Amino acid sequence: MDGGRASLNIPARARISSGPILTQFRRILPWIIPLGFLALFYFYPLIKIVQVSYTRSPAGVGASIWEALNSPLLLRVTWFTFWQASLSAFLTLVIGLPGAYLLARYDFRGKSLLQALFGIPFVMPTLVVAAAFYAMVGPNGWVNLGLMTALKLEDPPVVLTNSIYAILLAHVFYNTTIVLRVIGDFWSRMDSRLVLAARSLGASRWQAFRRISLPLLSPAILAAALLVFIFDFTSFGVILVLGGPRYATLEVEIYYQTVGLFNLPLAATLSLLQLGCTLALTVIYTRMSARVSRPISLQSSRSSMHQLADWRAKLTAGVILIILFILLTAPLIGLAARSLTRFELERGERGEPERGFTLDFYRELGINRRNALFYVPPTTAIGISLGYAGLTVLISLLVGLPAAWALARDRQSTLNRVLDPVLMLPLGTSAVTLGLGFIVALNQPPLDLRTSPLLVPLAHALVAFPFVVRSLTPALQSIRPRLRQAASVLGASPAHVIRRIDLPLVGRAVLVASTFAFTISLGEFGATALIARPEYPTIPLAIYRFISQPGAMNYGQALALSTILMIVAASGMLLIEKLRIAEIGEF
Amino acid sequence: MLRKILLHSIIFLSIGSMIASCVSAVPTETQPPAETEPVVRTPEVTAARRTLKVMTHDSFAVSDSVIEDFTSKNGFSVQFLKSGDTGTALNRAILSKDAPLADVFYGVDNTFLSRALEEGIFEPYASPMLADIPDRFKLDPQNRALPVDYGDVCLNYDKSYFVEYGLQPPQGLEDLLRPEYKGMLVVENPATSSPGLAFLLATIGHFGEDEFLDYWEGLVENDVLVVNDWELAYFNEFTVAGGTRPIVVSYGSSPPAEIIFSETPIDEPPTAAIVSDGSCFRQIEFVGILTGTANRDLAETFIDFMLSPEFQEDIPLQMFVFPVIENARLDEVFEKFLAVPENPAYVSPEDIAENREKWIEEWTEVVLR
Repeated sequence: MDGGRASLNIPARARISSGPILTQFRRILPWIIPLGFLALFYFYPLIKIVQVSYTRSPAGVGASIWEALNSPLLLRVTWFTFWQASLSAFLTLVIGLPGAYLLARYDFRGKSLLQALFGIPFVMPTLVVAAAFYAMVGPNGWVNLGLMTALKLEDPPVVLTNSIYAILLAHVFYNTTIVLRVIGDFWSRMDSRLVLAARSLGASRWQAFRRISLPLLSPAILAAALLVFIFDFTSFGVILVLGGPRYATLEVEIYYQTVGLFNLPLAATLSLLQLGCTLALTVIYTRMSARVSRPISLQSSRSSMHQLADWRAKLTAGVILIILFILLTAPLIGLAARSLTRFELERGERGEPERGFTLDFYRELGINRRNALFYVPPTTAIGISLGYAGLTVLISLLVGLPAAWALARDRQSTLNRVLDPVLMLPLGTSAVTLGLGFIVALNQPPLDLRTSPLLVPLAHALVAFPFVVRSLTPALQSIRPRLRQAASVLGASPAHVIRRIDLPLVGRAVLVASTFAFTISLGEFGATALIARPEYPTIPLAIYRFISQPGAMNYGQALALSTILMIVAASGMLLIEKLRIAEIGEF
Repeated sequence: MLRKILLHSIIFLSIGSMIASCVSAVPTETQPPAETEPVVRTPEVTAARRTLKVMTHDSFAVSDSVIEDFTSKNGFSVQFLKSGDTGTALNRAILSKDAPLADVFYGVDNTFLSRALEEGIFEPYASPMLADIPDRFKLDPQNRALPVDYGDVCLNYDKSYFVEYGLQPPQGLEDLLRPEYKGMLVVENPATSSPGLAFLLATIGHFGEDEFLDYWEGLVENDVLVVNDWELAYFNEFTVAGGTRPIVVSYGSSPPAEIIFSETPIDEPPTAAIVSDGSCFRQIEFVGILTGTANRDLAETFIDFMLSPEFQEDIPLQMFVFPVIENARLDEVFEKFLAVPENPAYVSPEDIAENREKWIEEWTEVVLR
């Protein structure tokens, strides 16, 4: 830092920043954009739809809430929602933590590729994931066929259809990447000298982990756990498609009450309950997080990287990677392989099974055989998806950065303590309810965005925003305040402090946040199906168009397009990863 | 490190672009020269071209040329808004009643018709084209909702499975209770799936409100499998797609669709629909003019067009449902392989609206608990 020259400025600067009004203003300033965004695109639609829903209740608000609270359904559904989310989140952490350690601490060939591969599940549509699981562990999947042959069984031993195991498996499949990225990123930047010191003082590997690494890691672990839990808590597609008719989360019940029965008052009550649970959880998280997080010095991830030197490290790494690979990547490879295989001739009477390589499904994607109005070639769908994803990254960073920065700067202020949990709310909100909220709220010019293509990235950014905040805050928080103070004491202007201290330190976290925003947008289906214009379908929408009609060709094309989605997602993630290298800030 | 990452991304991107270019290279050769046709437009009366907005569900499809013809003939453009599945799209139309998103809503079916009519989202329109439509499709005497197409939800079975095991395929709903069909049927949940609800209604229409639960108890004893989605049932549990269940609840049009969407040309569909009396349920889809539209004249023109032979004959190959007008010609593949039930089970839209929740709850008690 070029300190000497600036030291003359100290008194003047100190005087200005101590003015109480100015301080207040500075505190509020970074909140203007994020809160304005949330107010307009989140709170306003939500309040409006709840209001409209309750006015539709014939018996009045009080009566309909009372009725909802008294229904046995409520307790059962809420309990199941909590139960499956806790179990899913726990399993995801258990599976993800060793992987996070490996990716954070070791350097080996193909690491970024693996990181990107493990991120692909996040963007896959549920129906496609169901197909992938069935191909592996369905009644005629290769696991069951293998076991039946090996153990001479009559019936398939693994029953996936409509089971809780399918739900847990799918949640782990989808969300492990959150653990890998949020915790892995933090871990890789953690100063390894503390652990080394403990080890040299005689602590065992396990003691060093439990007493040093784990406490230091806990803010990141909590953040990842919260994100995963809320995702599982509001799970819809996985429960609906894989869980089957016996399991319902609050979100599934909200959908049924809204679409099936048009019981809006009950749906609104359930939505508020789901929101209340999210809020309560986030408040608990914020409290715990404030207690456990402490400023530690982050360092360049490269300086703490090890090589997989001895056989023991290699073996451990191998086991961890194989487990992750089987859980997260093998089902997708099965899908991709099937999109390149003929399978129609396998059926009974029409000749011998003849498995062969084919590009037919990919070729057919480019043909508008029936001259359909809404047909788009796959290249266009890729372009549309990437365009929306790019806008989502921009919007969510624009809104998320100031919020995360404000949160990290001054965790103890009342304003921030109140606002912190509020920022997570969009994640815990029912998409069905909020989707209707847009319809009733954004209906007057200049805000009549109901049919605007811009509504798609705005809706995606609403989901991505909490991720952006959560991935940025731990990194920003761990910047030692003294570093900033030193800089300003040395005469750096606030803008200068941000540019020279904060940005370089959080550059990596910004990339993690961008990756999340990118993948969230790429894979989003529920909201997109409601608001995207049919002329501009994203890849998941185009996949759905194929898979909702009978015929082997449609199925094959859905798988082919899913494979293209995987490639687009992985390339995008690798590209963002690559930016890290070009980034000037790594020190 | 940098080089490695670069290498990987280059490999990835090049594979991606290879696939993309391989798939995008094809249409230029095979697409009909739609764009090169000179567009003849009728002289426009107003300076600005008017636009009709049509709200619909996500299964809506139509031929490019049909809409192109229509817009060039009538001098206004048509914009389609898709809003999720049928129920979701209808909810959105209802909630935007005060500031309508569109001028026309297409796609409400007889299971949702009462909700749409009770909410008053449609203005009556006695289209002259209604004369060509048989009365059995006209469920709203006030013509607020006009029938456009119909489709039957029927049991489908895997033909080769029954040949292989030397079994006679079931002939009707009663047969499914027989022991030789144990463990063969997969159906969709009526609470979450539209064909699932239609099949439940078929059993109610066929066995009556007092008996249908006994029938379902029998199905449960015969090991019926219930899943939430048609996609899961048809593409994963049905034997034709590699599952273990040779009988599935799907559409009467699924067998001809199997031919049209076969991977390699085939002469005969691998599946067949069971269309005996009372075993299918007919879904009729309606169109209506949304209350308060400023484009009533355009809306009327468009609805007349939807009921004209040109649009009606385009429906089957795009949406796999069928024209309501009597003189529409069908594609050869439908003439050959489409089985249409003569007497599908019937439940009135009012009864459906009145009892939907009760029936689904009773069904859930019997089948899922």
